[in-house]
Amino acid sequence: MDDAIHLTYPISPDDFTRAGEASSDVKRKLKQMGVNPEAIRKVAIAMYEGEINMVIHAKGGEIRVDITPEKIIMVLDDVGPGIPNVELAMQAGYSTAPDEVRSLGFGAGMGLPNMKKYTDSMDIETTIGVGTKITMVVNI
Amino acid sequence: MTVNDVKEILNARVLAGEDQMDQEVRSACGSDMMSDVLAFSKDHSVLLTGLCNPQVIRTAEMLDIVCLVFVRGKVPDDSVIEMARDRGLVVLATGHRMFSSCGMLYAAGLGGGAI
Repeated sequence: MDDAIHLTYPISPDDFTRAGEASSDVKRKLKQMGVNPEAIRKVAIAMYEGEINMVIHAKGGEIRVDITPEKIIMVLDDVGPGIPNVELAMQAGYSTAPDEVRSLGFGAGMGLPNMKKYTDSMDIETTIGVGTKITMVVNI
Repeated sequence: MTVNDVKEILNARVLAGEDQMDQEVRSACGSDMMSDVLAFSKDHSVLLTGLCNPQVIRTAEMLDIVCLVFVRGKVPDDSVIEMARDRGLVVLATGHRMFSSCGMLYAAGLGGGAI
């Protein structure tokens, strides 16, 4: 029996004002389901950072969220430029974001480190010129 | 301290959440970079910022922040304040600068949380 809940969100590129709507919706749903607050907080922060990244760096894409009784799996699939050096991108403070993104309050080089910090596992598959797929898991 | 204490200390105006001024706050974070806020903010906290876009409200929402304070006399546009109202956030605005605002709250006993 498949008792998981599957959610899918298309993420539009360059729509900074709406960035975060998907994360907001997931947070609301988890709250309604009575998931423990610490897990909700971790999912909300990690997914929000990822969603912002998809708007800033990639050309949008899709986020799929699976909620099971044991864990929450988030798959962020973009059609962006790919990450040339994942190790460097994982360093706190390293950023390739342009100044206009920094003026919006992001691009501090904390996105990927935050996503790792708030999840129980994170896997990055990236191909230059094709896109990036990030899978994050938060145990409940 | 309570949100109302924060308002009094910073001589701030209330832009949203007038009915929630007696909520307790336990720590604060001051930054214009939302990723830094997402990295370090704690529960029941106050966020002081000079950034006025909708992502401030979303960041506060993700972190269950209780009270937002716009510093340096900044006031976001009505759509941003409306977003805050929808999410039950208290929004304050003060003319004090970031450094002074943080210092005043710290001196009154509000900490930043452990590193």
